[in-house]
Amino acid sequence: MDNMIRPYGDTMNDGAVQLSFTLPVAHSAKADEAAKQYAHQLGFEEVEVVHSNPLSENFSFFVVYGKSQQQINYDKIEVEAVEKSMDFYEVNNYIKDHIKRKVVVVGACTGTDAHTVGIDAIMNMKGFDQHYGLERYPMMEAHNLGAQIPNEELIKKAVELNADAILVSQVVTQKEVHIQNMTDLIELLEAEGLRSKLIVCAGGPRISNKLALELGYDVGFGRGTYPENVGSFIVKKMVERKSSQ
Amino acid sequence: MTESKLNLDKNKINRARELSKQITQPVNKYIEQHTTVAIERATLRMLGADGVTTDDVPVPNAIVNTLGDKIQYGASLYYINAMLRKNLSTEQLNDEIAKGLDVSTIELGDKALIIEKAKELVAAFAHRVKGNVAYRSSKITEFKEKENSPLLYLIVATGNIYEDVKQAQAAARQGADIIAVIRTTGQSLLDFVPYGATTEGFGGTYATQENFKIMRKALDEVGNETGKYIRLVNYCSGLCMPEIAAMGAMERLDMMLNDSMYGVLFRDINMYRTFVDQKFSRMINAFAEIVINSGEDNYLTTSDAYEKAYTVTASQFINEQFAYDSGLPAKLMGLGHAFEMNPEIENGFLYEMAQAQMARELFPEAPLKYMPPTKYMTGDVFKGYIMNAMFNFIAKSTNQGILLLGMLTEAIHTPFMQDRFLAVENARYILNNTKDFANDIEFKKDGIMQTRAQNVLDETIGFMEQISEKGLFDSIEQKLFAEVSRPKHGGKGFDGVHPKAAEYFNPVYDYLEVELGLKK
Repeated sequence: MDNMIRPYGDTMNDGAVQLSFTLPVAHSAKADEAAKQYAHQLGFEEVEVVHSNPLSENFSFFVVYGKSQQQINYDKIEVEAVEKSMDFYEVNNYIKDHIKRKVVVVGACTGTDAHTVGIDAIMNMKGFDQHYGLERYPMMEAHNLGAQIPNEELIKKAVELNADAILVSQVVTQKEVHIQNMTDLIELLEAEGLRSKLIVCAGGPRISNKLALELGYDVGFGRGTYPENVGSFIVKKMVERKSSQ
Repeated sequence: MTESKLNLDKNKINRARELSKQITQPVNKYIEQHTTVAIERATLRMLGADGVTTDDVPVPNAIVNTLGDKIQYGASLYYINAMLRKNLSTEQLNDEIAKGLDVSTIELGDKALIIEKAKELVAAFAHRVKGNVAYRSSKITEFKEKENSPLLYLIVATGNIYEDVKQAQAAARQGADIIAVIRTTGQSLLDFVPYGATTEGFGGTYATQENFKIMRKALDEVGNETGKYIRLVNYCSGLCMPEIAAMGAMERLDMMLNDSMYGVLFRDINMYRTFVDQKFSRMINAFAEIVINSGEDNYLTTSDAYEKAYTVTASQFINEQFAYDSGLPAKLMGLGHAFEMNPEIENGFLYEMAQAQMARELFPEAPLKYMPPTKYMTGDVFKGYIMNAMFNFIAKSTNQGILLLGMLTEAIHTPFMQDRFLAVENARYILNNTKDFANDIEFKKDGIMQTRAQNVLDETIGFMEQISEKGLFDSIEQKLFAEVSRPKHGGKGFDGVHPKAAEYFNPVYDYLEVELGLKK
């Protein structure tokens, strides 16, 4: 069965769309025409440049309306139930509903690595790129130990604080120094019988999930990770482990 | 200043100011007895230290790193002594240090000669900064009538200083009065200031003296073209507070985010370190007539703006007192607050207006800095645009001084060029259309807004009494601000704090104390 649909402006199937964009040219009649023709190329008909304005010497802003004959068969749309990362609010609510106490996270940039930028982006109050860090999560108790923390000290602190999860940041990867350091942590945890009690996460610009899993971590976070991605993983994993026990 | 709309009790306002003196006094005592590695480096910069070693260590760091315990006597002593003993100019000495000369090992010569030479170096610094102040004043006077009121503040943050220049010039042409260049993530935690022009950053651009110079030149250019003085802002916070202040003074920055409480709470910087650093940085800012911006708005990104409004007001009082204690006059205090109430609250607009008007009445001479909604901004750009309009309306009708424009895409991405344009259009429409609204209205006696402001002032006093009793540092440790706890000896940078010896020597500090009237 087909159920063909188009955007709705004021009449069924009119295909009306509003657009706004900037072109890197000086504002002029020619610029308006360029905006119009560009919208045509995008597949719009009856294009109207309803507003345009200079932004700077060589930039102009346009508001454009057009209609498109493109249509889509709604019955053929399928969505995968993808594991979407929860956001700040969802993570906190999830903890309230499913864990019912604060989740304790201890993080550090370990070994000789002095680059705190990664762990700070994930943990500090301020966060990164307008994504709040874990310290700001009311349902989390986040401890950022900083840089150049020996694995032994990280473990000691995790035990002392009764941590649910450990975050390890590795920025410097010259001569594969991070591999040895990351492996050491897992071995130490296993030797002390702590591995299964903790969610152990690794992160850094050259850390992949694949690498982290190979080294015995629960997860690896690479470039472009936000605090809520880490938070989501930890809390979901905690609940998953509890239910499989 | 218009007469009071809120009918606040003068005795209560005085009580709050008394409390802020009680709160800052013990902190000041600690500050006076200590110096920090950043203060020493800033002092060296103001005396002429500059450049980097072959390993990219800035010369001021190279000097301070070798001092060890001698830091208690002040780094200037060893730097100037080396200059005299080796008979070198500052440039020559910087080169030698960059190549590995350790000034701390050179035998100290006649102190009188060192003091004499220090005077000469301080005079050169003072001459340069006074020139900057005079230039800024003349340009502001010349272009006064084209300025927006409040001043419109826009941010650029590409990571590449040359790309920032393009965006900043575009923003100025669109109508901005103030351009801030956001720093790269994590710069506040570096215990050195990188050197030279930079083209890579994470979510912002490194603050370096060369970058300051490049942006200053670009803004002067576009300012002269559009007939305005475009103010430049950077971040005098984190572990290099006083050094950034020194560089800003030399390169004619006009505003600095400058608030140690922000560093403690949101960047986990050690409180002793940053309060000591803040004092000297504010002295430099005061001397260079740089407007400081305090960061109270940030509290409301973690705490609820309706419930915790009093923490903002209390912090404004405390920040005011710390600023006075550094010789910074009220006209340079851009005390911060923000429009962060949940838009679902009934009458939320009235509470926001009461808070903004109260800040105006409590600090009548301060160019208050008002921050836009961020916490409740969503992907609904249309609603966001209205929220920004409501915010702009309050800013104008309560005579705020500095208006950081809200972006309709706040929750989505770093601003597109058109987002800044739309923000300026929004603000200019409201600024013009409601120009004399503030002078034409009164608030209803005992109405919602008067009652709200009076209640918040009462809560502020209660809160400040609690802080005064516990002490500021213990209050921070016990989560009284922004619901964040910071241990007194935790955080970053405590190892950079050192007690001063009785013979501690800092010719810039001594000069500024006299210049700013802190010492007769």
